[in-house]
Amino acid sequence: MHTVMVGLGSCGIATGGLAVQRRFQELLGPENGGVRLKETGCIGLCHREVLVEIVEDGRGRTLYGEVTPDRVDRIVADHLRGGRAVEEWIVDREELLAGQKRIVLRNCGEIDPSCIEEYRARGGYLALSRAVTGMSPGEVIETVADSGLRGRGGAGFPTGTKWRLARAAQAERKVVICNADEGDPGAFMDRSVLEGDPHSVLEGMAIAGYAIGAGEGIVYIRAEYPLAIRRLREAIAGARESGLLGPNLFDSGFSFSIRLKEGAGAFVCGEETALIASIEGKRGMPRVRPPFPTEAGLWGLPTCINNVETLANVPWILSHGARAFRSCGTANSRGTKVFALAGKIRRGGLVEVPMGTTIDEIVYGIGGGTVSGGPFKAVQIGGPSGGCIPASLGGTPIDYEQITATGAIMGSGGMVVMDDSTCMVDVARYFLHFTQNESCGKCTFCRIGTKRMLEILERICAGRGIPEDVHTLAELGEQIRMSSLCGLGQTAPNPVLTTLRYFHEEYEAHIRGGKCPARVCLALVEFGIDPDRCTGCGLCVQACDAGAISGRSKEVHRIDGSRCVRCGKCLTVCRSDAVRKG
Amino acid sequence: MATDEERAKVVVMPAFGRMLWRHGGEPGMLIPLLQAAQDSYGYIPPLAIEQIAMATGIPASEVYGVITFYRQFRLQPLGRHVIRVCKGTACHVQGAEMISRTLEEELGIRQGETSEDGLFTCLEVACLGCCSLAPVVMIGERAYGRLTPQRLRSVLRTVRRKTGRGA
Repeated sequence: MHTVMVGLGSCGIATGGLAVQRRFQELLGPENGGVRLKETGCIGLCHREVLVEIVEDGRGRTLYGEVTPDRVDRIVADHLRGGRAVEEWIVDREELLAGQKRIVLRNCGEIDPSCIEEYRARGGYLALSRAVTGMSPGEVIETVADSGLRGRGGAGFPTGTKWRLARAAQAERKVVICNADEGDPGAFMDRSVLEGDPHSVLEGMAIAGYAIGAGEGIVYIRAEYPLAIRRLREAIAGARESGLLGPNLFDSGFSFSIRLKEGAGAFVCGEETALIASIEGKRGMPRVRPPFPTEAGLWGLPTCINNVETLANVPWILSHGARAFRSCGTANSRGTKVFALAGKIRRGGLVEVPMGTTIDEIVYGIGGGTVSGGPFKAVQIGGPSGGCIPASLGGTPIDYEQITATGAIMGSGGMVVMDDSTCMVDVARYFLHFTQNESCGKCTFCRIGTKRMLEILERICAGRGIPEDVHTLAELGEQIRMSSLCGLGQTAPNPVLTTLRYFHEEYEAHIRGGKCPARVCLALVEFGIDPDRCTGCGLCVQACDAGAISGRSKEVHRIDGSRCVRCGKCLTVCRSDAVRKG
Repeated sequence: MATDEERAKVVVMPAFGRMLWRHGGEPGMLIPLLQAAQDSYGYIPPLAIEQIAMATGIPASEVYGVITFYRQFRLQPLGRHVIRVCKGTACHVQGAEMISRTLEEELGIRQGETSEDGLFTCLEVACLGCCSLAPVVMIGERAYGRLTPQRLRSVLRTVRRKTGRGA
């Protein structure tokens, strides 16, 4: 008996996973010809999507990568019917997952997320049953505290301490909120966990509820994650039917229910107090703390807010013990961290590494180095709140304090690799554009300061920078950091401050040299036409509004630099890739 | 607020109406109500704002304030094809800027706008989450990855041609 599992996380679907699934259905015929056809979540090997795994009862498993509907034909004929695996399309899972340790992603890509039995078969909900029937809430909290688990949403607050505070608050009703408002551009680990293993998060929430004495939980999730929302709804309904959520769990007298609340698209709502305001139906603006949500949160009730990845760790900690979790990682950062590895990297995707793994090990080892094969220039960690860590600090281990020492932050786990073709000034401008847009407008420095910084960066990228700009940027950045209420404002200048610190010469090249070394900022590059590639088709001549391109049909065209306004239009219309930036 | 002409055009959609009737008075329902209105109409028409204000007792001005705070809500209807341009970090370093420019040139609209023929609406989104396919654009439900300006132009031509045939 064969089981065929098609990877249908968002990335699998985007690469054409549904067409692959359909082709299997067509070829296998009614009732799938005795083959179990299932869907599963993301295993993290995004660079090899669409992934299809074939499991033979008692004979092991074969993982195929880059599967297309056409390739399905041969897989069905050779492997399923003929019993011969198609060697050249096999992905070596062990090799690609070497150096990783899977705690949070333990079930992602392994189980059918819509099937609660598969989750239970791998030990799911055992931790919850053990907690509510055999442990006191205090013991649960001490186990989590002892494991050293810290918040994976970015700031790294010890989870055990937060639970203790919420437990100590006196109230009849308390709330657990799962923060699934994953807003960092370039971070998608929470989505993958929710899509691939929703029950682990629900179980983590129920355990948190038992520990702090809350009877209800809310998942605040981005509306932009339709698949994750659907899987969560199914999972909640499934758990309720099986008696794993609802009244009197495991006859212990403890009751816990979970509902979903869809966010409406505001980055600042990842901040605790803004998130609460948003659930209450208001504009998602942060407020002054204290009181902290653990004392007075949603509707004034004591509220414990944990991130998706944090909660997914909890059942593992209870079933394997605090010591097993502590044994992994560094002195102050225990366990693992999931990163979304992207950018100029050969093997992008989701990776989960033990804390203490160095950046070099992730980029060159797990990620397989850069696309071009050359060294990387920097990695951007922590999204818009993080910073760019240069290659010279590649030996930095993944650890909350050590990452902070570089000027970046751990953040939620985006890791974007950059090489020589990435302009660091442009990257700083990009992130500031994002935070400027997302600033809620409450604090003056964040609202107006980021705007002024963005204007300066845009000017530098447009070739109109002045020498004082560098100083002004640093000064403004410092002031915004000091005078903003929430994490968004306090960390908004980080991308600029870190690039100023490590890539000062690139700013100088833009401002004083009039050059963009990476040839990204169009205003600072010279356009030319490669005579070997130009076919003389005339498209660029027609497209050029400045009339700077000349050349007769079927002859090599020329760009007149003195008339060129550097709009880049020729670059986008050329079909033979002949326009060069120099 | 809504003019009489607009009132005549907008019919209260059943799903949205039910939600108003059942949950309008509960605390914290404003955002779910707005989401229901947008699901029903494709955008939030002025009449829906009035009705939500009445049902919840929240002043229309405050409802409007909440609408404009969140990126999800639209006060204008969408075009037939919604193009989502990914502006995530990975896409940015792989040339998403050139993709946006190409779209602007090709369709004559900027982010958030709908083309005059009502065919295309262009939206920039923070991250579509298929970073290894960067740069990515989604047209309707389909994602197009590893785009170059040239490939994007040919994709748009195909979409236009299919639409012309009534597909």
